[in-house]
Amino acid sequence: MDLEAQFERAVEAEQRVEPRDWMPDGYRRTLVRQIAQHAHSEIIGMQPEGNWISRAPSLRRKAILLAKVQDEAGHGLYLYAATETLGADRDDLTGMLISGRQKYSSIFNYPTLSYADVGVIGWLVDGAAICNQVPLCRTSYGPYARAMIRICKEESFHQRQGYELLMTMMSGTDAQRAMVQESVDRWWWPSLMMFGPPDAESSNTEQSMKWRIKRNTNDELRQKFVDMSVPQAQKLGVTLPDPELKWNAERGHHDFGQPDWEEFWQVVGGNGPTNAQRVAHRRKAHEDGEWVRAAAAAHASRRVAREGVA
Amino acid sequence: MSSSWPLWEVFVRGKRGLNHVHVGSLHAPDAEMAVRNARDVYTRRNEGVSIWVVPAASITASSPDEKDPFFEPSGDKVYRHPTFYEIPEDVPHL
Ligand SMILES: [Fe+2]
Ligand SMILES: [Fe+2]
Repeated sequence: MDLEAQFERAVEAEQRVEPRDWMPDGYRRTLVRQIAQHAHSEIIGMQPEGNWISRAPSLRRKAILLAKVQDEAGHGLYLYAATETLGADRDDLTGMLISGRQKYSSIFNYPTLSYADVGVIGWLVDGAAICNQVPLCRTSYGPYARAMIRICKEESFHQRQGYELLMTMMSGTDAQRAMVQESVDRWWWPSLMMFGPPDAESSNTEQSMKWRIKRNTNDELRQKFVDMSVPQAQKLGVTLPDPELKWNAERGHHDFGQPDWEEFWQVVGGNGPTNAQRVAHRRKAHEDGEWVRAAAAAHASRRVAREGVA
Repeated sequence: MSSSWPLWEVFVRGKRGLNHVHVGSLHAPDAEMAVRNARDVYTRRNEGVSIWVVPAASITASSPDEKDPFFEPSGDKVYRHPTFYEIPEDVPHL
């Protein structure tokens, strides 16, 4: 049996692929692209919320938000480490991100205009990320699956702190409730876009499903997210801004409207509200950190020379 | 630059009495920084009581391509398992 057939049989039998196993070039390339894009999203995702750390209203909320943003840095690192098991180079990937040659999730190209956004991002954006990520814990590439298991454990704190923050605001003043609703109105549609284009337009889905990299289609995950969010919105007392949203007893699911896909492609193409700002910020952080990296490397090599320790 | 920082494999002992288990990898300029970074990256929620870091370049692994012939010698030695032996049900403590 040739290698490719053997590989496909192993994947179909739900066996995990490990770094040194033979794999088709396309499989490796698809994984590097997907995991890198995922890692970039975690890293860029620190910015919209990091923006609120110094202005969160209490020490408790500051500490929580700081811990959450730090987790996202950790998620990025787990995922970059997974790409390296496939032969990718970390500096190359950072270079691709800060030169705009690799993408990250379109959701992080929207600004965080009010503090309620911190709660809504935790609830909806991390919620959508969880929907996407839970099935990836069973993805066929071992190091990616193990990174996702670690990430999913941490995400549940992210979503819960967001929802709790919103419940607190909803039990406050009319102005606070209005602030939450306004934020939900802005984030609902971009959250639905996080699952990617409709299945009919998603070019990579079929091969990725066959390789068990992806376990569900975009539309399946989007439906699941809507079904999960509706009762949460009701309990919270906010309205999801979709006039077509209603329960369909026959299907056992909610019907819902389509996001503005034209806007989605604009944002993916680099023309979202904050694309340029996000990448510029990441590039500056990377360049400003150069002397620290150089100093640490110089210190380490001097120690080796002096003491013979690695 | 991070690529001039070597890659380290990280092993964490979840609690006393358990083995160190591989959890992932990271870049660091030296072993001491690797341990500190591993603490921040892999044990933010008390996941460990002890960390090992090993230069990735120092690990020698068996080759997955020869997995079958390599591990084959133990494949036909079913008599190494206790279940190989039939003992009457009424023999106690065995
Ligand atoms: Fe994350
Ligand atoms: Fe998160």
